[in-house]
Amino acid sequence: MTVIKMTAAEVARKVIENKELFILDVRNKDAFEDWKIEGHSFDYLNIPYFDLLDGVDEILPKLPTDKDVLVVCAKEGSSLMVAEMVSEAGRDVFYLEGGMKSWSAYLEPIKVGNLTGGGELYQFVRLGKGCLSYMVISEGEAAIIDAVRFTEVFTNFAKEKNVEIKHVFDTHLHADHISGGRHIAEATGATYYLPPKDAEEVVFDYTPLEDGLTVKVGASQIEVGALYSPGHTIGSTSFIVDSKYLLTGDILFIDSIGRPDLAGLAEDWVGDLRETLYRRYRELAEDLIVLPAHFMIIEELNEDGTVAKRLGDLFAENHGLNIESEEEFRHTVTDNLPPQPNAYEQIRQVNMGKITPDNDEQTEMEIGPNRCAVR
Amino acid sequence: MEVNQVLDAKGLACPMPIVRTKKAMDTLESNQILEVQVTDKGALADLTAWTAAAGHTLLEHKEEADVLTFYIKKA
Repeated sequence: MTVIKMTAAEVARKVIENKELFILDVRNKDAFEDWKIEGHSFDYLNIPYFDLLDGVDEILPKLPTDKDVLVVCAKEGSSLMVAEMVSEAGRDVFYLEGGMKSWSAYLEPIKVGNLTGGGELYQFVRLGKGCLSYMVISEGEAAIIDAVRFTEVFTNFAKEKNVEIKHVFDTHLHADHISGGRHIAEATGATYYLPPKDAEEVVFDYTPLEDGLTVKVGASQIEVGALYSPGHTIGSTSFIVDSKYLLTGDILFIDSIGRPDLAGLAEDWVGDLRETLYRRYRELAEDLIVLPAHFMIIEELNEDGTVAKRLGDLFAENHGLNIESEEEFRHTVTDNLPPQPNAYEQIRQVNMGKITPDNDEQTEMEIGPNRCAVR
Repeated sequence: MEVNQVLDAKGLACPMPIVRTKKAMDTLESNQILEVQVTDKGALADLTAWTAAAGHTLLEHKEEADVLTFYIKKA
């Protein structure tokens, strides 16, 4: 029977459209348990490829015949080998082109909504890593917030939409993934903004992203306004777009809140985090739609694949916004934190411009989930 | 340590380092030692896990100038 290639884009459609898929993940057990392709209706079997060198007969009964079977490994080679063995045993089977490496890199642009005067807001969902980037488009101009390192996805999208990228923002100095912001700005002549309190050690020029700064995108009144909201980092800044959307960076997620320890100062910043979540955000309109910079679990995706929810609903439902005692809050966000993201200290160095690893090294650093939240 | 066979798997990508290692091990006698040289970083976790699963003993591994070297004693 046949071996068929499946791309990361095709897997992404299956996640977003809630389709069934059976994943035969042939990476080693630790790698699988740490990080895998998540889908609402996906089933899994994890058997390392090196346990299948003598044949796949033992696992054949475990592979369903009524749904697609996708073999997945780190980079592709092993999944292709196993897929060929399964195929020789008489079954149709898919393998993931580029493996988890390409899954980690894939971005799906999804329209979140319309803005005043014909503008549009897009969310770029990086399903494999749980990163979310944004593009505000209006009258031939664009602003980008929290771009990941695959800069061409953004510049090509802007070209397709016939808009010029004018402003590029990072809500904070990221620790889980490598920012593409600075490079997009260099390539397009856009202004690159970074919160100065996060940028004390950076080795490149940037425009300070200060509380209250506003930029207009296009000639109309679409405003992107900065709101200082420290806690995940000391510089963390949120954005209000068109008085309708609240881009929270890594401060507030749909089902969790930001962790304060990734820059090494959990104890110092827990007060800031509390202040931002329990006072500053409380002063905002509850009808704002929250758009975070990450999701952690597949349940945070809406039916159309976006990650977005009304602020008022989060006040009611998000556990991290409903911890009355300050002491308990402190305890929650500083004790028993999940492991830190892979290579987070190196990633911070890259984002400060202090080290410039090649593409393969960047891929290696970004392996695994983002782990920016505490729940 | 007396090495009975050296396998040069440098430059090979997953799954080839382990496929070659398995083939080489099949030609060895019990308690003989295979030296495996690889450059694929993923081999560290995979070779370690494979060795344990196959019942062999990983005597030592080292990393020098991007080359990972393993010494595996056959069960």
